Amino acid sequence: MAITGKIRLNLQFKKPLRYFLHDSRKISTVVSEKINENLKESNNERLDNTKLPLELLDYRFKFAEFLPDPNPLHRNKIREKLERRDMLLRRSNVEIPEFYVGSILAVNYSDQHAPGKQNRFLGICISRTGQGLRASFILRNVIDKMGVEISYFLYDPTIQKIEVIRLEKRLDEELFYLRDAPPEYSTFPLDMRAKIHAHGTCVPINEIKVPLNPLPWLQRWERMNMKGIIDCKSMVNEKRRIKAEYKIHTKPWEKYDLMKMYRETIPIEEQKEIFAEIYSSLQEHEIHRLKSKRTRSLVKPIKTG
Amino acid sequence: MNIYISFILSRQIHTSGSFNYIIKMTRLRVVDNSQIGKQAMFEGKPPKCIHIYNKLNIGYIGDKILIAIKGEKKKGILVGLKQKQQAKIPKYDSNNIVLIEDNGTPLGTRIYVPIPHILRTVLRQKTYSKGADYTKLLGIASTFI
Repeated sequence: MAITGKIRLNLQFKKPLRYFLHDSRKISTVVSEKINENLKESNNERLDNTKLPLELLDYRFKFAEFLPDPNPLHRNKIREKLERRDMLLRRSNVEIPEFYVGSILAVNYSDQHAPGKQNRFLGICISRTGQGLRASFILRNVIDKMGVEISYFLYDPTIQKIEVIRLEKRLDEELFYLRDAPPEYSTFPLDMRAKIHAHGTCVPINEIKVPLNPLPWLQRWERMNMKGIIDCKSMVNEKRRIKAEYKIHTKPWEKYDLMKMYRETIPIEEQKEIFAEIYSSLQEHEIHRLKSKRTRSLVKPIKTG
Repeated sequence: MNIYISFILSRQIHTSGSFNYIIKMTRLRVVDNSQIGKQAMFEGKPPKCIHIYNKLNIGYIGDKILIAIKGEKKKGILVGLKQKQQAKIPKYDSNNIVLIEDNGTPLGTRIYVPIPHILRTVLRQKTYSKGADYTKLLGIASTFI
């Protein structure tokens, strides 16, 4: 699989309204009529635009894989547009639900190696990477006391169904530390029943904190500043603790790096363009999904045997 | 300047992870209930890989290897790897092997951990008539994923 950049969008807009109001701030009192008229027109346009983005603000988390890789070396507008079209076509065939790192998912997929040509795996989503058709996620579970991870491409044509068993977020963007945690923190029964998430309500954050196994670890967690780990700095020796506080690891200058955020994200103007393009078809899928859900619940059970 | 200093400092620490693939001298974990395998794991002396029967000399899923276990030479099949796998193929938390005899019959009668479905295809391809029958291993597996 190609190495792709991470999506780090949550940091981008702490106060989203500010970004919209920033453009239409008041200008000094003495202005000619012409400018005034122009302003009114442009303000109206802006108002029209802002209707869409306020809803689209969620889209950058909900449909993060529609945003391209921010690295300009990997950009290709035509490819991105074609990919988006293919993604929507795939979405019209199979329902790809909203989920985040920390949600528990079950994936049904056709597997040529399995006896019934079908397979199912359930686990916690520990990472989501990739953009466009390359978007993928990793599920982790402990089966028979053995930690197992499987990665899937989100737009894989062999996937038949993705079920969200628990829709929730965790404190971190990646949960690779579950590999170094006791098995009970990543054990989920394979026949776990789905908990229904009310439509339109915000996604709950599971604030569970995980203790780590004694050393050795797979990564130097004491340097990573993970919010979901209980006090890993006290577990390492003096030397490692001191090393973890080196400036090269804590990177205190990063908060002053104005370009860093710009380099790692897609600007809001481009996001608007992208989501305005796919907005109508995503809405259609959503309506279709809700309709089919309603009809499905009315189907009478069939007697067997 | 700052970047330059950080670059020099970063040369003094190891940033690359350990190799996760199976080569000679790799420690492995026996996951079946064979007497010798259970004993070796219990004593804390896991077997070492001493040869890999393919042309790459790197063991992948379903490959036959020669191992040194409790002063003996035994053959085993890799049934789960720690290394990063392709999409839809499970990645395990440890490097698992199942001990077999020369004709492919497993030494144990049960495998404790889940076995990937892809092993059915891989082992069938490796089995040929008048040779060792590796598919016998699938018969003693408890779960597949």
